Amino acid sequence: MTAADPHKEAGVGKDLVIYFCLLVLAGLQFVIAYQNIDASQMLVRMLVVACVEAGMAALFFMHLGAERRGFLLFVAVFTISVLLGLQFGWTDSHRMLVGAPFSK
Amino acid sequence: MSHGDVMMEGHAPGFTLGPAFAIPTKKLAMWLFIIADTMTFAGCLVAYGFLRHGTANWPRPFHSITNVALMTFILLTSSLTMLFALRAAKAGDKAAAFRWILITAAAGILFGLLHVREWLQLIGEGMTMFKNPWGTPLFGASFFSITGLHLTHVTAGVTALLVVGVRYKGGRYKADDIEVLGLYWHFVDLVWMFVVPLIYLMNLGKA
Repeated sequence: MTAADPHKEAGVGKDLVIYFCLLVLAGLQFVIAYQNIDASQMLVRMLVVACVEAGMAALFFMHLGAERRGFLLFVAVFTISVLLGLQFGWTDSHRMLVGAPFSK
Repeated sequence: MSHGDVMMEGHAPGFTLGPAFAIPTKKLAMWLFIIADTMTFAGCLVAYGFLRHGTANWPRPFHSITNVALMTFILLTSSLTMLFALRAAKAGDKAAAFRWILITAAAGILFGLLHVREWLQLIGEGMTMFKNPWGTPLFGASFFSITGLHLTHVTAGVTALLVVGVRYKGGRYKADDIEVLGLYWHFVDLVWMFVVPLIYLMNLGKA
């Protein structure tokens, strides 16, 4: 963009490298799905891969990495804070399943 | 001075109040929308996780990854073609930019068609929002809600691609607008990276 055109022209090569990395990571999720591990381990591994994918897409495809550091921090801190805030319900979900110890 | 700058009345020339974070207003607005939409999807996915974790015998009805793998490939590739469109637009090559936008929109349509085909298959097997033959009806409700929300975003994105693409070709919009639209399209792709493992791969029935 005009005023805040922070995009350093790195050529199509960089875009292709990121694209192939994302394809490989997406494929890795499918590999994890066929591993003989329990659901919680599978969830953690898949979410780690998904977060790496999302980070790469945001930083390079959405050019967030080339924006001003203040804006990058704003997006990161705000998003991560709310995502962490959404995790409050897991203990209650666990109570629904096993009925203990919070139900007594 | 960017188009988003605002001259403050009553002050000396040159005293301006620039857009927040020194990025153009339209782009900032799209980022704020993306952040808000992230919360929407995160809320849905966390609620889904809550239900899945708290429900015994959650069904695992998916037996093939072919369709979802193809959909993932198409959506990721459409992000790349969107980047090519932006690159061409910034280079001033309107014809090439419009061509890449059309390719991106076509990929979005193909993704949508594959999605609808998958829905029809599941509906044919007896799965609806309120029941399914494999157990808890919560599965159908959460599956259709989350994938439906994503498909709505893809449909809106395809519509926006076509509208902005045509207007860009006609000279009404500029490369900046292609970039703002690209942000939205990449976001749709980004969300899919979480929908696939949580909704599809975690519910993969193994022989």
